[in-house]
Amino acid sequence: MKFSIVVFPGSNCDHDAYHAAKHVLGHDAEFRWHKETSLNGADVVVLPGGFSHGDYLRTGAIARFSPIMGAVAEFAAAGGPVLGICNGFQILCEAGLLPGAMLRNRDLKFHCEHVGVRIEQIDTPFTSLAAKGQVLRIPIAHGEGNYFADAKVIADLEASRRIIFRYCDPRGQITEDANPNGSLNNIAGICSAGRNVVGLMPHPERACEPVLGSADGLVLFESVLSEVAAHGSVRTAAS
Amino acid sequence: MTVDTALLARHGLSSIEYDRIVASLGREPTLTELGIFSVMWSEHCSYKSSRIHLKKLPTEGPRVLQGPGENAGAVDIGDGLAAVFKIESHNHPSFIEPYQGAATGVGGIIRDIFTMGARPIALMNSLRFGDIDGADGARTRRIVEGVVAGIAGYGNSIGIPTVGGEIAFDDRYAGNPLVNVLCLGIVDADALVKGSASGIGNPVYYVGSKTGRDGIHGATMASAEFDEKSAEKRPAVQVGDPFMEKLLLEACLELMKTDALIGVQDMGAAGLTCSTCEMGSRGGAGIEIDVMHVPQRESGMTPYEIMLSESQERMLLVVKKGREAEVERIFQKWDLHAAHIGEVTSDGRMRVKDRGTVVADIPNSALVDAAPVYDRPTARPAYLDDVQQLDLASLPPVTPGDALVELLGSATIASKRWVYRQYDHMVRTNTIVLAGMGAGVVRVKGTSRALAMSVDGNGRYCYLDPRRGAMLAVAEASRNVACAGATPIGATNCLNFGNPERPEIMWQLVEAIEGIAEACRVLNVPITGGNVSLYNETNGDAIYPTPILGVVGVLEDASKVVARAFRAAEEDIVLLGDGSGELGGSEYLKVLHRLVKGRPPELDLDHERRLIDLLVRAASAGLLRSAHDCSDGGVAVTLAECAFDTGGIGCDVDLPPVNDRNTIGEVRALFGESASRAIVSVRPADRAALMEMAAAGGVPAKLIGTTGGSRLVMRVGGRPAIDLSLEAAERTWSTSIGRHFRGRAA
Repeated sequence: MKFSIVVFPGSNCDHDAYHAAKHVLGHDAEFRWHKETSLNGADVVVLPGGFSHGDYLRTGAIARFSPIMGAVAEFAAAGGPVLGICNGFQILCEAGLLPGAMLRNRDLKFHCEHVGVRIEQIDTPFTSLAAKGQVLRIPIAHGEGNYFADAKVIADLEASRRIIFRYCDPRGQITEDANPNGSLNNIAGICSAGRNVVGLMPHPERACEPVLGSADGLVLFESVLSEVAAHGSVRTAAS
Repeated sequence: MTVDTALLARHGLSSIEYDRIVASLGREPTLTELGIFSVMWSEHCSYKSSRIHLKKLPTEGPRVLQGPGENAGAVDIGDGLAAVFKIESHNHPSFIEPYQGAATGVGGIIRDIFTMGARPIALMNSLRFGDIDGADGARTRRIVEGVVAGIAGYGNSIGIPTVGGEIAFDDRYAGNPLVNVLCLGIVDADALVKGSASGIGNPVYYVGSKTGRDGIHGATMASAEFDEKSAEKRPAVQVGDPFMEKLLLEACLELMKTDALIGVQDMGAAGLTCSTCEMGSRGGAGIEIDVMHVPQRESGMTPYEIMLSESQERMLLVVKKGREAEVERIFQKWDLHAAHIGEVTSDGRMRVKDRGTVVADIPNSALVDAAPVYDRPTARPAYLDDVQQLDLASLPPVTPGDALVELLGSATIASKRWVYRQYDHMVRTNTIVLAGMGAGVVRVKGTSRALAMSVDGNGRYCYLDPRRGAMLAVAEASRNVACAGATPIGATNCLNFGNPERPEIMWQLVEAIEGIAEACRVLNVPITGGNVSLYNETNGDAIYPTPILGVVGVLEDASKVVARAFRAAEEDIVLLGDGSGELGGSEYLKVLHRLVKGRPPELDLDHERRLIDLLVRAASAGLLRSAHDCSDGGVAVTLAECAFDTGGIGCDVDLPPVNDRNTIGEVRALFGESASRAIVSVRPADRAALMEMAAAGGVPAKLIGTTGGSRLVMRVGGRPAIDLSLEAAERTWSTSIGRHFRGRAA
């Protein structure tokens, strides 16, 4: 199984995703520079966290124009599993592969800490091995993770069960106190209409080994490995 | 050019120094040359007041691969790897413009690490501010918010975790906050890169941001004290661009994998000037550049301005002739422009041209080796006789429980979560002790090892006795590293002092350096580099003398790492070390009695070394469940901190009495800050093994109680002293700092 990890200028969690895929899970992993136009045989595409182009404009606003994004969109359209983590989620929103946008955190401060994340839906390639309602303890690390979309989009997301992760307290309760950044409906992550593109602000790749304080993030990677093994890989012209 | 006293004063040069310039050139300098001399001979770049004393520091040891003199020091950590680290200050800019001052401080020290070829993997910082709710509280809070946001803004963006640090608040820093930043990187020991130029005719490249007029004379600014007009110096503070530095970092590391590179140095203080003459000097060569090739952000810049600019995120490289295309291709990949600005020459001179016309032509030796060195007069300050007197009997009585609550809520002791939550302390997935839980500890991927770091210093101790205070800083940083289970192997120091032209300040500096030297020698932690920041004073009021020590240790088995928090109920709590509960210079005296008096605790370096050895051996044997060094606030505060962040594991202890059983004896047992002590917890089944190991190692060890319960219960000599709700105490401790900032925008 091969993970292709896209590297934009300013990506800084690319090595972490690579380490999780290659050294923790023992699968093939490869960096793909943003100027490439092919995913080079990817089974899973990861858009990692970081500050692409410094996030000096809107987060992800410049990265969406990178040449590789054409191949990512094509791979996604064909049903290939795409995971956007933190800045990767922001890029997916800017690219129109996921709806909505991220505002600055409610208190205007960067937050780096472990939070509770409840799995809302398990019919995506990244949550298929999880239990509905399972509570993960995973770190967040962002200054702009306050998920926002207009009322209609939020209603659509809710109705189509596309909210995949919500911030929760350790017992799984969705409370205002458990919401670290002010996201609408405690949204921590969503999926595309086809359910194969998933974006989330928390960092599952930072929670894959007990020595780091949590291995709860492993379930996302194990899920996608099992999905690809069961249903085969997606191949597009650029993948 | 007319050279008068006003022109020399603007350049921070004395008339004697000017005469030396004329003598070394054999003629009058041009204005550009005068500017070049002024920055290279500034205190900041030349260390002219401290250099003769810095030579007293031990800099060698079996693990030292690179001592002082390069961009950063390096120590051997096994497996063919080296840890490269250094601490640096950005105090003056952080007062004038807190966000950018702190941000560019982070950027500067990161460049020092990757210019050595190392991949930076951790940042730490040591900060000092005025009282958060004192007379200058509003200004202090603005500075705190700016500095923290600046450190976060730069470190988070570039993707290097800020894994820990320390912060203290005292009004003596209100007008001169301290921002000291340590960066640590990893490199193959045989791939260390030096900042030297060699090979006649090899091309010299400039890479990174364009040069602007920002930061001109920043080094000179950092070599003078502040007055009411300091805000006018704002243009001398630079603006950081962490994205540009991220590109430079990746591109330089990629280039270093080839063998096309000869040497590299970042343009920090004194910018293009310093990098050009230092690289030439180290390589025994000269460098000739033409400023017309230097990428410029503004039009009409003079050679003087280009040479003195301190614009950030710029590097100077010397590469092998014939490999230019390969080098340029790597920088192009990262969207960086590498400008060929000159060549290495054989004549040992720094020659600067402007469109072919020579505007500066100076022997490197005049700038680097012949810089003035002063043996400034010293005098023991008169204040010491008064402040070292401490009459404990005259202190009004205090209820110990109330005292503990007040200490836990005081800004210096309270939880710094509000701060470190703003730092990405987990990126790169190496952080195995989370921020706030002990020393900063990062694993080294591809090995079984981890590296532990701690930055420590106590300005109040050093004010009361600079020599002992500085020794205690070395001891505390080393002990913190050992509490994580790591063997201390190297150190870096940042010496923050006032105006060295005042004999009392110079005395503090010399005493502190000698104290550091002695402690480092006994504890086997050579100093591999560092930084001196003088003139930290405003209107004649100096900061406390504040040497900050950064100690790095290696943990052979990362899985054996130990942190401060209790792990489970019904485990044994053991106090390692003893001491008479000295209160001189303590947090207790400052917070409860507003007193800064007495002498700091005695330090027996042999005791300290035995304690450090014991902590490392006990951790390695898997005996320690938690370990926390006893320092600010004494045993009582240490025990409370061991119980915090555990999800509610309290403690019940009986502390050995001190002297007699009067009230002050109780206070000393609880809040005294005797050195060389740690609180550890062990499984009951392991207690005997620990006690045996301690006895064999010559370290006093005493079982003082057990973990568990929902309260903090402390007795002294069997008599009840403190009985507090853990939850309430933890709330006080964890919310105190954030409370001052609630509702304020960044």
